[in-house]
Amino acid sequence: MSVINAVTCPICGCLCDDIEVTVVNNEVVKVKNGCAVCEAKYMGYKSEHRIRQPLIRKDGKLVPVSMNEAVHKAAEILANANYPILYGWSSTNCEAQRVGVELAEEVGGVLDNTAVVCHGPSLMGTQEVGIPTSTLGQIRHRADVIIYWGCDPWSAHPRHLERYTIFTEGRFEDSEWKSYLNKVKAAAGKKKLLSAQRAGLSKKAPATVAESVVFNKPPETLQKEGRKLIVIDVRKSMTAEMADYFIQVEPNKDYELMQALRALVKDEELDVDQVAGVPVEYLKEVVETLVNCKFGVIFFGMGLTQSAGKFRNIEVAISLTRDLNMRTKFLIMPMRGHFNVAGANIVFAWQSGYAFGVDFSLGYPRYNPGETTSMDVLLRGESDAALVIASDPGATFPKRAVQSLVKNPLIVIDPHMNATAMLGDVVFPSAFVGIEVEGTAYRMDNVPLPLKKVVEPPEGILSDEELLKKILEEVKSIKAQKTKQKAEGA
Amino acid sequence: MTELLIKNGFVFDPLNGINGEKMDIAIRDGKIVASVNDSRAKKIDATGLTVMPGAVDIHTHIAGGEVNTGRMIRPEDHVKDVVRKTALTRSGTGYSIPSTFVTGYRYSKMGYTTVMNPSMAPLGAKHTHEELNDIPLLDKATFPLIGDWWFVLEYLQKGDLEGCARHVAWMMETTKGYAIKIVNPGGLESWGFGRNVHSIDDVVPNFGITPREIICGLAKVNTMLNLPHSIHLHTNNLGIPGNYVTTLETMKALESVPTDGKPICHITHLQFSSFAGDNWGNMKSAAEEISKYINNHSHMTFDMGQVIFTDTTTMTADGPFEYTLYQLSGHKWVNSDVETETSGGIIPMRYKRKSAVNATQWSIGLELALLIEDPWKMFMTTDHPNAGPFFAYPKIIAWLTSKKARMATLAKCHKKAQKKSLLPSIKRELSLYELAIVTRAGQARALGLKGKGHLGVGADADVAIYNINPETLDIAVKYKTARKAFDSAAYTIKDGVVVVKDGEVVQNVDGRTMWLDIKTAEQIKVDEEMKRKFKQYWTVEYENYPVFDHYLKVPEAITVKASV
Repeated sequence: MSVINAVTCPICGCLCDDIEVTVVNNEVVKVKNGCAVCEAKYMGYKSEHRIRQPLIRKDGKLVPVSMNEAVHKAAEILANANYPILYGWSSTNCEAQRVGVELAEEVGGVLDNTAVVCHGPSLMGTQEVGIPTSTLGQIRHRADVIIYWGCDPWSAHPRHLERYTIFTEGRFEDSEWKSYLNKVKAAAGKKKLLSAQRAGLSKKAPATVAESVVFNKPPETLQKEGRKLIVIDVRKSMTAEMADYFIQVEPNKDYELMQALRALVKDEELDVDQVAGVPVEYLKEVVETLVNCKFGVIFFGMGLTQSAGKFRNIEVAISLTRDLNMRTKFLIMPMRGHFNVAGANIVFAWQSGYAFGVDFSLGYPRYNPGETTSMDVLLRGESDAALVIASDPGATFPKRAVQSLVKNPLIVIDPHMNATAMLGDVVFPSAFVGIEVEGTAYRMDNVPLPLKKVVEPPEGILSDEELLKKILEEVKSIKAQKTKQKAEGA
Repeated sequence: MTELLIKNGFVFDPLNGINGEKMDIAIRDGKIVASVNDSRAKKIDATGLTVMPGAVDIHTHIAGGEVNTGRMIRPEDHVKDVVRKTALTRSGTGYSIPSTFVTGYRYSKMGYTTVMNPSMAPLGAKHTHEELNDIPLLDKATFPLIGDWWFVLEYLQKGDLEGCARHVAWMMETTKGYAIKIVNPGGLESWGFGRNVHSIDDVVPNFGITPREIICGLAKVNTMLNLPHSIHLHTNNLGIPGNYVTTLETMKALESVPTDGKPICHITHLQFSSFAGDNWGNMKSAAEEISKYINNHSHMTFDMGQVIFTDTTTMTADGPFEYTLYQLSGHKWVNSDVETETSGGIIPMRYKRKSAVNATQWSIGLELALLIEDPWKMFMTTDHPNAGPFFAYPKIIAWLTSKKARMATLAKCHKKAQKKSLLPSIKRELSLYELAIVTRAGQARALGLKGKGHLGVGADADVAIYNINPETLDIAVKYKTARKAFDSAAYTIKDGVVVVKDGEVVQNVDGRTMWLDIKTAEQIKVDEEMKRKFKQYWTVEYENYPVFDHYLKVPEAITVKASV
């Protein structure tokens, strides 16, 4: 039995690196410190859905083949393609991503990662107005106002609150977990009292004041010293339940709400009574809290990036943050999803200059979202082959894009037989990055962390990096042969 | 055994006192040697050409989180400058923040073989090294930002210099760094809550220490650790009119630090720290005051931070300064504070001839370089990409070596800046010998790189050969010809391998990454203390913080014996 500590969890953008994994006979038997999702991955990664060997579609069926045959087939597809797509990358390590850029360049393809369907608009927003941000520890040590906008960390980034924001002990700010516990206790007590009243056990008259359907006035605690949590979302999420104040914005009205806040931050008057369903007088109180804080931060998720307005939402969210810096210190950060989606953007950028949607078809990198992302190319039906790695567009892309994807030869690299793999023509099994393969990943705040190998991969299963290198080598040799043949023919 | 003989060139090798003598340079296995087998060695005929040591850049932001965020937010910078893939070289994009491969190719084409990445947030050190690995053809090193690191502030505040030194050594080794980088000391910690310091005697909130104490403390620490380079300082109040007073005070404060004759501090991009006046309307040059002080003292070295009139990107750990630029320009603004360590910011910037301020800045850089008499003190940089992209160096060479060249540019500048400029009164034109000092020999000496910046026996065989015949070409007159020659080297030789010929990359090699392995007493005690305190300070685990050996593709550890 071996206990491995300081393991980095390969699930979400939090990249918690304090996981303790116990391994017996090359099996993970115990996971400590992780959230439920983390535990589920470490305990369940060896499921029956694992792909065991390379597969090639023959007569409509995926059949097992040798590694060499699969590599040659994949390389042939890519080398012969005019405009292939190389998509995914967010759940693998930077080492594999580096090879990916070279492969995309070699075959003149479109290199794109899952940002195109999550935080691509955030990257575009920052290209408009920049981004005042920081690492997460800065927030842990200093932030006294924390806003989650269009995201639900309690469900999607479970340890975000405990490690980086409201429930963490910082140098200049304390954890709010005690006051949260009191709140939970008080709520439980209130519930008991109400049920006692309903049962007729209490002499006191039942409370008659109905809670307002949409809006409560901001509570006094919003002006207190210490950390305050504000959640803005279209529904009352789990995170919203524990917030000091929850603002329920009408769907697709985030843009208006942010612009109204900007006006109020600049001491401008609004001629309306409410914006996006929120009374302006309440907004004024919120703005009071924002401008009077010592250090505020906005975390935003796909509720902003993928709702009406898209990258304009991000542009205005960042602009609000810029405005707030005239009054106090305020920062903003996207809640990146996959554990290494940030890394893919970073690696692509240092090698090509662009973070996603990079088109190498002209021999040099080009980037123009609306034209060069995988989604644009698929919806125009222009690609003639694809390699999908470490993601599952077959399950997550719009139907028309998936139809376009499967119309042409499709190479899939993944540990699991996911929806995309089932649609693939050449399928490679790969080792689990962060469990069976080490490497580097970037946290949502662009902090690089090492991933650990805690168990050996199943026999014969290679890492993404090794597979890509094999394919790249084979592509180069096929192309060299072609050039030779051409020269001889001439 | 590979041998190479560079025959009959005009050699400029200031560290060995060679000034344009016609001679041969012999190379064996990547090192300069006294002689090689004349019949067996490959030969380069350098008749009528200028031979210099490979150029060294002491300060250029080419890799890491800040640089890469700059790339990500500026597609408009890349679209105008694209680089195609060839059979030998990778594709990429260029201009003010070139992609990694392009950075290597472009430096090498100009005869550069060694560059220093002067700004690395320790928490992001892995990122910096990953990018450095992808910069080919150059030897590199990187400086961790530790002037506002909590451990430094706490130990200096306690007055425990030895403790501070040991922690600095720990950090240098942990991040695989090469020198102590200090940026706006005290200002970056203050910026954590949106504040700044405005003189070297302002007290840093929550830490009870002043910039003066940080600068002098770390200068002493640097001496205790016997580091090859001095502390590398970006001054307080950088980029603010009137800041030359702060710069003078800083230099004076450093006089109190004992030295054995070696410079104890390098003030980088001096241009940005030499503004007189008290607002942007009356901002003017303080080059006279600054250079006068420097000419009378020898405890420091400097580099220019020369402004180039073009569209570029400012990026620095000086978060509050970038915020000032944001307030001035309203441009897209990146702020990137790093827990426990430092801060950072980015603003795109177009330096215009027709802006009185920009044109004055342009003039200040050249005034300083020409008024500071000793070329061993003042080196050529643009603080890439802050004052301009590095591939504009040939332009600066022309301005430094030809009065005609700089007067031609000055004539196109804003009238107000023209009137205030000291350049018309300065006659000095740098010789090729002096040029070799400010572009390689001086930089290598200030960095303490023993094998770089010269062509003596035992030096690394990094050589640049330029298409300049000093007997027939007067570079002060024919500055455009000289500019072209420095823009594309006839040959660049890295570790004895010809990597560039006639300005084109002909061979791909990986450069080394140099880092300091500092031997101190009580290393284990420091490790234990760090381990104990780690969770309080950072949001990552102690075990995951270091830059492990495998993060450096071609590492070169330089062992330093500290006296603590």
